[in-house]
Amino acid sequence: MNTKTIVDKPMGLDPKSKDLRRMIVRVLELCGRGHVGAAFSLIEILRVLYDDVLKYDAKNPKWPLRDRCILSKGHGCLALYAVLADKGFFPEAEMWQFCKPAGLLGGHPEHKVPGVEASTGSLGHGLPIGVGMALNAKIDKAPYRTFVIVGDGECNEGSVWEAAMAASKHQLSNLTVIVDYNKHQSYSTTKEVLDLEPFVQKWQAFGFSVLEADGHDIAGLRKAFCAPCLDPDKPTVVIGHTVKGKGISFVENNLKWHHKNKLNKEELDAMLKELE
Amino acid sequence: MRQSCMEKVYELAQKDKRVLFIGSDLGIGTLQKFKEEMPERFLMEGISEANIIGMAAGLAMEGKVPYINTIATFLTRRCFEQIVVDLCLHKLNVRLLGSGGGLVYAPLGPTHEAIEDMAILRAIPHMTIVAPADAEEMKRLMDKSLDHQGPIYIRIAKGGDPVVTDDQMPFEIGKVFPMRAGKDALVITTGITLKHALDAAGQLHEEGIEAAVLHVPTLKPLDQKTILGHIASVPVVVTIEEHTLMGGLGSAVAEMIAEANFSPSKRFKRIGIPDVFPDQYGSQETLMNYYGINAAKIISIIKESHGEKAGTFHTASSQNKT
Repeated sequence: MNTKTIVDKPMGLDPKSKDLRRMIVRVLELCGRGHVGAAFSLIEILRVLYDDVLKYDAKNPKWPLRDRCILSKGHGCLALYAVLADKGFFPEAEMWQFCKPAGLLGGHPEHKVPGVEASTGSLGHGLPIGVGMALNAKIDKAPYRTFVIVGDGECNEGSVWEAAMAASKHQLSNLTVIVDYNKHQSYSTTKEVLDLEPFVQKWQAFGFSVLEADGHDIAGLRKAFCAPCLDPDKPTVVIGHTVKGKGISFVENNLKWHHKNKLNKEELDAMLKELE
Repeated sequence: MRQSCMEKVYELAQKDKRVLFIGSDLGIGTLQKFKEEMPERFLMEGISEANIIGMAAGLAMEGKVPYINTIATFLTRRCFEQIVVDLCLHKLNVRLLGSGGGLVYAPLGPTHEAIEDMAILRAIPHMTIVAPADAEEMKRLMDKSLDHQGPIYIRIAKGGDPVVTDDQMPFEIGKVFPMRAGKDALVITTGITLKHALDAAGQLHEEGIEAAVLHVPTLKPLDQKTILGHIASVPVVVTIEEHTLMGGLGSAVAEMIAEANFSPSKRFKRIGIPDVFPDQYGSQETLMNYYGINAAKIISIIKESHGEKAGTFHTASSQNKT
């Protein structure tokens, strides 16, 4: 049996999760745009990785022994930028230049940004790249792990499943795929657009050990990401059950907030109020 | 040419541990020695080209130099976005070895004919495109490929093409090669059409017309300055390529000539494949003749223009069937 479910009791957002979200709201205020729903869906996954799981050196982002982490669903980049800024990969002031002409940070992550392993944005690219990185570690007997965060809508792409087959073929137990499974994509629910279910069984059939977790529960995610390798011959996928726009009642599961620009003061104030 | 290319991949892998070979679903026995001697660096990854390019990008980000081989259309058409985003945007040292460049797979039809491969790739920043003329030049190119910075597309011709390049001319990526001098016309060529250009120049010489031949194996980056220098000294310029007329060598030279504002202006003609999907099978040679990609076409264009006054350059369209 290679399926293990780790779902703890869902919890409210803790102060740090609220801080990171407030940083993103400030970006929306100062810079006027962003993929809000995707970013808020991802925050706990990313903060747990960078708080408790990944080995890295923010002052030496290319440290050879670092763990590799690719945000394949690049449109969730505001969450990644907030976490990288929090960890000191670049000054927080860069956040306030988001998408501005001379800013470091754009609407999708680019490898020129300290801490960003690969430029992503077009979906379905991150997992093949992560497979290459993990395969390199296997060939060189290097100790680093590779994590790739994909979106649920992104799993519509055939290249994700090509890469999944390759990861399985090469027995990449040093590779962990994390799916931000908020059950929504741009147009509608994943069920309506292109149903992924039975999702656990799909990953199993492609040769993965499968874990499930509440994608906003810090302790549960920590347990899932730090879990000892379930099978030394298999890559792992952690399916994080998340809520698109998590943390703001009128944003949650509201597809009008998939990407938002020109937010008015009332909307911004209402968001901040819910994050108090 | 493919055999020489593959043998070079094996040699490079023997001397440099960064080198990997990645195939999709190639013929049985491909690089068998490589597989036996260096199994961890021999990868046959199945009919999953998009994943192969991304995986190679990940390996190259970690310092490896992957050489990928499959049919040219599968690399350039199917994987266009992976080439743009994964390889070129990151400027990675991945080598794309495209089998059957041009009309090589004539019997297999349009799905396999790589007639716009160079046009596609020419539009991407950081890409390098090289089309060797023969197996010996392929070997010289492969030696230079190892330490080149950024992705390279290497166009592999049919194989068994006559050797027409000169091993006394040291090969460099980005360099053009004057293969023959002449004051009356200049034929600019890339890949295997060098032979046709040299044949045409030889026959024209017999008739008192001196045509120079410039071999341009590296279509990108294009050595514009040197090419313009050669163009400046002749009144007539003809390009020939086993490729669509849209976006390849002929287009690149046309762009240069248009912006150079030569006075008097140059008479210029492109030979290549018109804007169609080939509607015949046969062989590479029969299709090339069908589209007038041959020495006879070069000769007719140059003779016609040679006998005319400036400004009245009329030739049969290179799109006509011959």
